[in-house]
Amino acid sequence: MADAITAPPYRIIPIIPALKPGSMAGSIPYIANEKMQEAIGFPGKLADNWQETHDAVIAKMGELLSKYRSLKVYLDACVHCGACSDKCHYFIGTQDPKNMPVARQDLMRSIYRRYFTLPGKLFPKLVGARDLTREVLDEWYSYYNQCSECRRCSVFCPYGIDTAEITMAAKEILDSVGYGQKYSNEIIGKVHKIGNNLGLPGPALENTLEGLEEDVKEDTGIDVRFPLDVKGAEVLLITPSADFFAEPHIDSLIGYAKVFHASGVSWTLSSMASEAGNFGMFIGNYEQLRKIALRVREAALELGVKRIVVGECGHAWRVAYSFWNTLIGVGAGANDPYAIQLQNQLDLRYKQPMHICEFTWDLIQRGGLSFDKEANDKHIITFHDSCNVARASRMGDLPGGQFEIPRNIIKTVANNFVEMRDNTTREKTFCCGGGGGLLTDELLDLRVKGALPRMEALQQVTDSHGVNFMATICAICKAQFTKVLPIYGFDRRVVGGVHQLVSNAIKLGDK
Amino acid sequence: MTTFLTLLFYFSAAVLLVGVSLKIAAYARTPAPLLIPTTPAPTTTGGVVLRMLREVTLFESLFKANLWTWAASMVFHASLALVLIRHLRYFTEPVWSWVALAQPFGLYAGLSMVLGLAGLWARRIFVERIRYISTPSDHLMLALLLSIAASGLCMKFFSHTDIIGVKSFILGMMRFDLQPLPADGALYLHLLLVASLLLIFPFSKLLHAPGVFFSPSRNQADNPREKRHLAPWAAELEK
Ligand code: SF4
Ligand code: SF4
Repeated sequence: MADAITAPPYRIIPIIPALKPGSMAGSIPYIANEKMQEAIGFPGKLADNWQETHDAVIAKMGELLSKYRSLKVYLDACVHCGACSDKCHYFIGTQDPKNMPVARQDLMRSIYRRYFTLPGKLFPKLVGARDLTREVLDEWYSYYNQCSECRRCSVFCPYGIDTAEITMAAKEILDSVGYGQKYSNEIIGKVHKIGNNLGLPGPALENTLEGLEEDVKEDTGIDVRFPLDVKGAEVLLITPSADFFAEPHIDSLIGYAKVFHASGVSWTLSSMASEAGNFGMFIGNYEQLRKIALRVREAALELGVKRIVVGECGHAWRVAYSFWNTLIGVGAGANDPYAIQLQNQLDLRYKQPMHICEFTWDLIQRGGLSFDKEANDKHIITFHDSCNVARASRMGDLPGGQFEIPRNIIKTVANNFVEMRDNTTREKTFCCGGGGGLLTDELLDLRVKGALPRMEALQQVTDSHGVNFMATICAICKAQFTKVLPIYGFDRRVVGGVHQLVSNAIKLGDK
Repeated sequence: MTTFLTLLFYFSAAVLLVGVSLKIAAYARTPAPLLIPTTPAPTTTGGVVLRMLREVTLFESLFKANLWTWAASMVFHASLALVLIRHLRYFTEPVWSWVALAQPFGLYAGLSMVLGLAGLWARRIFVERIRYISTPSDHLMLALLLSIAASGLCMKFFSHTDIIGVKSFILGMMRFDLQPLPADGALYLHLLLVASLLLIFPFSKLLHAPGVFFSPSRNQADNPREKRHLAPWAAELEK
């Protein structure tokens, strides 16, 4: 990076900024090289002949239109009402009009109209249709890599149009013609080769876990175990690999282990499925999404576990909660042999899969855990809802449980809790700015700008209530905030996990 | 003119019916492989029906998004509904009693419809963001709707049309028994514009009307852990 990346100023009145067309046109993540592309079954690079690429793009678009109702309906239904236009954190932070959700959709809609609708074929100018050119494809690459697939726009659209679906389709098309993004595709390659996004091999994982056992023993005097690949354990914990060594993620992992310890439920991690994250979703590729998830199915069958619990990770929870039953049969209610095989093994008296927050909250309600709340008194805490948890999943039995349960846990383990402004939380929460496969250094400028609305809301409660800890349940949020908080003048340790707070306060051993 | 307009109406009504049916069939046929309701979402089908009802009658999401747009489109759509009800008197003989009752409301609705449309257009022209995303067809659509409303109101307030004649023309069309249309410029214009609206419906953003019912983020129940949801092409991968 030539210039140092700085934070944009807070908006004095948080209204919509004036447009700055083209201001982010230069935001272009690294392109995946041939090896990375081919490793996961995509063409290595764009064809030399443009016509070939052109035809392949249109053909792929046609295929996706026949496979995804979302894409088909969303490309037709938009009335350009503009309700979504000011809802995207990237638009607010960058002021680039192409980051308005509707404008982002129109990058593809213009092509859809030209090649798939009558008016677009007859009167392209009139309906905003245009020919597919190399410039258009480059524009897709830039701006579809400025969408974190956070779904905030879909909350406000009168037809529920979810720009994330369009972004995923665009990334799928780009991959299919050899124009993939390095960060996401390299990570997917690592999952298949090594088992997790960070490329942490089995023996290293084992060492790390042993080290953690020693640390916790030193800290608390208690033998809290971090079991790996234990056949016959009750619970298989699937957690983002960042939990194994990144800060502050690891503190939450310690929290999960302490909760399992206190609960007396036997549990295990898996070296084969040492990753909850699933970047197959980010690139909109069903086959990859399924293939990555299959590792979890295999591990569950092999270890013979009864329950599957998922650690703190936003998009991973979306995939687990909303997609696992579809992809790999983790869930209930199946009537096909493929899924029944697994569902017969799982204990369906429990939710499958279960979020670690559901697990902990359930125990708390049954009186199974006790806490020393004062241990968290140094923190004045707020909660950042992660987009995929908030708008694409649920916890507990009631809609909105994904908002209540983490907050309930925090209030149980700590005394000081403050909410941020209410148009920035719950279903209206702002993305951290690093989701959707954008958590890469070359996009730091975009990430910093995208964090603006969240940083404003955090600043407000910091000023008014002295908030010094923002809890969240997402590995990407944690990594992103650790990086951007200092740029906005906060301490990087302001962000942390919910189970980090649990870990601080949980009483072990004296029961 | 009578023959021309009659043929035009037959044609545009056919295009509308066939076009929209084909679109609906295509939406229905296209699988939705993954559950993607925007949460918090209802967990039962009954809940989904209620959510959809709130969405199409109260514009719930739009309300959350922007009060001005919500107000303008609410005024426009509600007025449009009343105006359409008022127009039912030309299509029914004897006129249904509730249609008769709604007549005066339908009249005021004609005026408020113009207001709503003007509000929407003003937003499109004066709000920088919305001007940016507007295509010529977005403006034309508003122009078309406004002209339909204006030509209709014109016949009520300035140059009265022989509405008995209009009614017999319309009933005649419906019974395939042609009756002469009163010669009246405003009426010709009004009918021409309406016919073109019907014609472009299946090819334009007016598809938002059927589309909303097929939007997976709004019409799916949030029950992925309880039920296995599998699209046919996705099931093939398990083979
Ligand atoms: S999904 Fe999120 S990041 Fe993408 S356009 Fe919508 S609001 Fe912006
Ligand atoms: S809110 Fe929906 S219909 Fe309105 S402009 Fe955005 S995507 Fe289009």
